[in-house]
Amino acid sequence: MIKAPYLSTTTRSTQHRRGTPGEPWVWLTAMGLTIGLLMVAYLVGLILVEGLAAFWPKRIAQIELREDHRAHLAGRFLAGKLVKIQAKALQNQDTAAQAEWQIMVGNKDAYGFGFLYIDEADVVAWQYPRDLMVIERLEYGEAIGIPLALSLHGGTIIPATAAEFTPRFQSLVADVNQRRQVIRRLEKHDIGRINHRMEDLRLQQRLLEQAQPPGSAVPDATLAPIQRAMTTLQAEYEVLAQQARTLRLQQEEHRLLYRLATGEERQLILGQIVQYTLPNQLTTLQRLGLFLHNMWRFWVEEPREANTEGGVFPAIFGTLVMTLLMSVAVTPFGVLAALYLREYAQQGLAVRTVRIAVNNLAGVPSIVFGVFGLGFFVYLVGGTIDQLFFSATLPTPTFGTGGILWAASTLALMTVPVVIVATEEALAAVPRGMREGSLACGASKWQTIQRVVLPAAAPGILTGLILAMARGAGEVAPLMLVGVVKLAPTLPLDNLFPFVHLDRKFMHLGFHIYDLGFQSPDADAARPMVFATTLLLIALIVLLNVTAIFVRDRLRKKYATGAF
Amino acid sequence: MEERLKTVEALKIADPILEIEHFHLYYGAKEALHDISLAIPRKQVTAFIGPSGCGKSTLLRSFNRMNDLVEGVWTTGAIKLDGEDINTLDIDVIHLRRRVGMVFQKYNPFPKSIYENVIYGLRIVGVKNRTVLDAAVERSLRAAALWDEVKDRLRESALRLSGGQMQRLCIARAIAVQPDIILMDEPCSALDPIATSHIEDLIDELKQEYTVIIVTHNMQQAARVSDYTAFLYLGSLIEYDETNKMFTTPSIKQTQDYITGRFG
Repeated sequence: MIKAPYLSTTTRSTQHRRGTPGEPWVWLTAMGLTIGLLMVAYLVGLILVEGLAAFWPKRIAQIELREDHRAHLAGRFLAGKLVKIQAKALQNQDTAAQAEWQIMVGNKDAYGFGFLYIDEADVVAWQYPRDLMVIERLEYGEAIGIPLALSLHGGTIIPATAAEFTPRFQSLVADVNQRRQVIRRLEKHDIGRINHRMEDLRLQQRLLEQAQPPGSAVPDATLAPIQRAMTTLQAEYEVLAQQARTLRLQQEEHRLLYRLATGEERQLILGQIVQYTLPNQLTTLQRLGLFLHNMWRFWVEEPREANTEGGVFPAIFGTLVMTLLMSVAVTPFGVLAALYLREYAQQGLAVRTVRIAVNNLAGVPSIVFGVFGLGFFVYLVGGTIDQLFFSATLPTPTFGTGGILWAASTLALMTVPVVIVATEEALAAVPRGMREGSLACGASKWQTIQRVVLPAAAPGILTGLILAMARGAGEVAPLMLVGVVKLAPTLPLDNLFPFVHLDRKFMHLGFHIYDLGFQSPDADAARPMVFATTLLLIALIVLLNVTAIFVRDRLRKKYATGAF
Repeated sequence: MEERLKTVEALKIADPILEIEHFHLYYGAKEALHDISLAIPRKQVTAFIGPSGCGKSTLLRSFNRMNDLVEGVWTTGAIKLDGEDINTLDIDVIHLRRRVGMVFQKYNPFPKSIYENVIYGLRIVGVKNRTVLDAAVERSLRAAALWDEVKDRLRESALRLSGGQMQRLCIARAIAVQPDIILMDEPCSALDPIATSHIEDLIDELKQEYTVIIVTHNMQQAARVSDYTAFLYLGSLIEYDETNKMFTTPSIKQTQDYITGRFG
């Protein structure tokens, strides 16, 4: 007789421990979760390391190559930062596997390139000379070389070996930077304001001309005050422009003479210098200080060199303003729609259809929303607004072209299904007893909604808003059609009336990443910026989400009810 | 049937606050309440008793038109509050609910402060005067026997109170608007015996100011608390009499069977 195994009580228990049924599933699900978490951690870690590395000041090596080196360089010496070590792609099978180094040599104006690959086998020696200087410039990226002398306006030459070289150089560079700020303020704000007023006057003139019956000209008496104002403004403009010209000339007064690793001697106008460092002389603490300073500059400066240099401030600003506008647009719209669907509408076939349609809207690809936004918001609504209110400036469109208002509206439309669904769920989760209690006190339906139901549903509604913001802040494709640009000359908020310019085009971090990664003329130079911008975008979205979650938790504690 | 009609008419209630005349209630095609006729006396406690599903809660909810919230409910017959039929289409239901307040089986304080809970009814009418509101809060909480326990924490969340306290808060909320009638739908079924006895003492005091109609499945409670009792079974009114008489010498056999526990 064969004993069924499960009936035997002695044989199995002494020999091996019988596992609990279902244990493989526990392991499987745990492994699935772990793999997911590891992937996320790897992504975040990669972006963190690569992004932060863009700001960390690296040492500059001076490398000596063999006589018969194969690098694309005249002479045997070069200086630069080690960027990457990789295995060479073998073209013929006769050489053993080799490594090659990518060096960032800077001096794009001298060499024609900023990055160079050298074979590891060609390297003879390297060192870190103390007086190698890295100069961040307005054009052509960084210059790497050894300073020789300062050539001042008037003919004085101060050699680098002199004691007064360093302090003089430092003060001159500080002056140059300050003057650059003054010139910028002059041109952007002061001259900008004058241009703005002149534009207004020209518009007035155009309106007058349009109002005239065809064939006759505007009488001189009406035009006279406008002409006078224009002349005054023109005179002011000339004064300011002259000031700017003088300052610009001052920027070009002094020069720095320096020598490259290849031996070539070059000159640099001091007005071109943004920042200089002697990286091989820095202590770790100084490096840390410079690292933080570089990060700060990344946040507050404007981009240069086709977005591959400088900072991303306009993109940060544009992203924040657009996300805020989008949230302001989507919340009332979504909440009111959900309120009607859940509370007021007769629950029947029509309401079910609408609900299905709303849910499906969440699955539509975002570029479709972009096309819709272009057709509806930009051309139809914007075109109509232009016809009605801005006819004087036509054919130049004001609202009939992409802008931050239409971008925010398009994204609001895209994320409204999320808000509607979350709000409906939150409203449904409010206990029936609470509504009945309110009605039994003599409240009307709207009073019940306003005083009891909505506050109790607020945490759930905020969840919807968080999801909407996260989705909207990260979308790029629809924005490209409705208002994002590679480089925007102005911010959507400034100090000229009406202060919030909803018709202006703007920059966006997501689009900036795309632009840097795929549209950049110098992919190697843009690479660290791509990671740094990605890190910033992730940090920004995390910050927005954490703020909203914090507010939601506060509300939850206050209202202490419901499943959300 | 004949005996039933005799007892209801024989019971001459002088100055009734609520007169129910041949009231029927339907859920779609199904008749839930069949030909109910009775008179509720003023400033007394009337109890509705009967087994589960007999329609006592449904009848109670008809008095403040809360059944309107349920889909497919329709009624015939009249319910007269001080002579005015509240079952008509042109009655202001909101005004009615201020005159006829309700306390529910499961206490339902709002997620607001204790203060805000009590004056909710006043706020929705538009009362803004702080002195008036403060006085109403104290008066209502005293009447609900809750004042001493919460007077120092009026601004705290109402959800932090115990079950019995929350139910008394709901009673305070109901009486803050000074209604004529307070409807209580099994107010003690979610509470422990000590809290239950507090509420029962409270009901005894409330009847000096308000008319109380209480639905209960606990017969002993009905016997303790009420002055008049109505026994309902399967949607019909079987017997309606003074509580003492009904519990000692019920006129109808069915009532006697229920009271002695033979069924239900």
